Amino acid sequence: MALTTAPAPTPPAKKSVRAAAKTRRPGRIRHGEGLAGYVFLSPWLLGLMGITAIPMLLSLYLSFTNYDILTDLSDVEWVGLENYRRMFTADPSYWHSVQVTVMFALIAVPLKLVAALGVALLLNRAWRGVGLFRGLFYLPSLLGGSVALAIVWVNMFNRDGAFNSFLGLFGIEGKPWVNDPEWALETLMVLAIWQFGAPMVIFLAGLKQVPTELYEAAAVDGAGRVRQFFRITLPMLSPVIFFNLVLETINGFQGFTAAFVLSNGTGGPVDSTLMYTLNLYITGFTELEMGYASAMAWVFLVAIALVTAVFFSTGRFWVHYSDGDGH
Amino acid sequence: MVAHTPVAAGGDRTATARRRSGVGRQVVRLAILVAILAVVLYPLIWMIGTSFKSQEEIVNNIGLIPRRFTPGNFTEGWNNFDVSFGRFFLNSAMVSLLTVVGNMVSCLLAAYAFARLRFRLRRFWFAIMIGTLLLPGHVLTVPQYILFRKLDMVGGPWPYLPLVLPQFLATEAFFVFLMVQFMRGIPRELDEAAKIDGANAYGIFRYVILPLSRPALVTTAIFSFIWTWNEFFRQLVYISDLDAYTVPVALTLFIDSTSQSAVGPMFAMSLLSLLPVFLFFVAFQRMLVEGINTSGLKG
Repeated sequence: MALTTAPAPTPPAKKSVRAAAKTRRPGRIRHGEGLAGYVFLSPWLLGLMGITAIPMLLSLYLSFTNYDILTDLSDVEWVGLENYRRMFTADPSYWHSVQVTVMFALIAVPLKLVAALGVALLLNRAWRGVGLFRGLFYLPSLLGGSVALAIVWVNMFNRDGAFNSFLGLFGIEGKPWVNDPEWALETLMVLAIWQFGAPMVIFLAGLKQVPTELYEAAAVDGAGRVRQFFRITLPMLSPVIFFNLVLETINGFQGFTAAFVLSNGTGGPVDSTLMYTLNLYITGFTELEMGYASAMAWVFLVAIALVTAVFFSTGRFWVHYSDGDGH
Repeated sequence: MVAHTPVAAGGDRTATARRRSGVGRQVVRLAILVAILAVVLYPLIWMIGTSFKSQEEIVNNIGLIPRRFTPGNFTEGWNNFDVSFGRFFLNSAMVSLLTVVGNMVSCLLAAYAFARLRFRLRRFWFAIMIGTLLLPGHVLTVPQYILFRKLDMVGGPWPYLPLVLPQFLATEAFFVFLMVQFMRGIPRELDEAAKIDGANAYGIFRYVILPLSRPALVTTAIFSFIWTWNEFFRQLVYISDLDAYTVPVALTLFIDSTSQSAVGPMFAMSLLSLLPVFLFFVAFQRMLVEGINTSGLKG
């Protein structure tokens, strides 16, 4: 997490004294402080065990069983790798949900980041009113994950929705996009892109860190704006792009609410919005196949870990950390 | 502007010309921004407009602004189900506020330990905490549900324990991380001074760290509230009695009745449900935008 772009809400004074504290020999822990450490940490430790670790292990165990919520935990039947076999070889709707999720992330995330960067570049000047623009662009990110907005969105792309009224102005006859298996997922992508405000704000913070001397020097050397953008702005911004890319991809994989609202919890029309987490929910809580759902959850976890690992291992080829900025 | 203008400009005339083209560029820039803003705000304005339209106007008037503003959708939506929306709002407020309190207290305690205290395995636990930052919450929903059910916490007249209890155990690693980062910026000489005055770890927490951590606590409180208010997945899983429904879960009831006549009330209630978030946005706009800077997670 060394990728943060700006310091937390400004602390009251600068941190020059830390060196002094560091001279104390490491490794020697005074007894009272060691105990206090665990006293303060105890709620977190409890949560780590009870809310995170034990459920994780339980779900790993359940993924090898055919547990449904109705039988008692002590009576579950061990089925070995059956759930995983079924997932990978005998469940077309599972693979379909993987496809839908990957498609969603693959298209929506890059477009969202391009929109975020584009608007950030337009806003990256100090002038009056910039704060207002920044705030209003950010608003959808605050509201967009809610059921309320998903409801509005679905209606907007419905037969009588605002989008078709807009098309009507140009004499184009629209259709109920959200009921069309070809287009339903696209409307959800547009919803995700619409929430470009959060990465935009992070890009803006990153743009402020780019030293202006670089542009001055480049201008002296006769580099135009386009060249400056590709040679200075993009490389200098690459840590922030990387940060946004990782976060948005992981978030993109987890989209649930809008897909649930659009399809009324079914993943329809014709499974076209069956996002992975929605499939997980249906399997676990509608069909009560909790053993199978646990296996799906573990595959999801491993997949996300792999994707993150790929990002980090390829990142060193294109993420540029300047000396002062490397944290 | 300076940064992007070649420094080697010569003569007054070129400078003036350049300044003029700079102004032109500003205008173009502003025009583009306004156009984008219009697209971005359109859905919100459409929602507000539709909420105030009469049933008839929703069908006939495709314009943004209602010809006649009517509050009918609000009263109708409010009482659309056997339980009034007021109850749903209270339920949501309760869950959100308890989450706020839980996150503020538990994450502050954990962050203090990580940022300031020296104890065995600190680095190990800290690495684990960072690891849980990226852990997708959906993965744990099934086993958590099973455990909470085993503990008899699911259902009943007060089904919110599974939603709220984890928040009192600092499971929102994001806020722990945010506060650790913040506390690292508080000068350690303050700790040392307090120590000389005889304060131990608890005293330093009470008299140095706690009062100075207010900005981080406020950020945590605001984001906790907004995220929980908008949260849907876990509330959907744990709440089954209509009496206990929170606002997001109640809103999905409208989707079931897909008749066209429900659109007005549905939009009105959707609009009302966004109001608290919007008010927070207006009041703390600056802070929210800066807060996202520090972390970028979620949002």
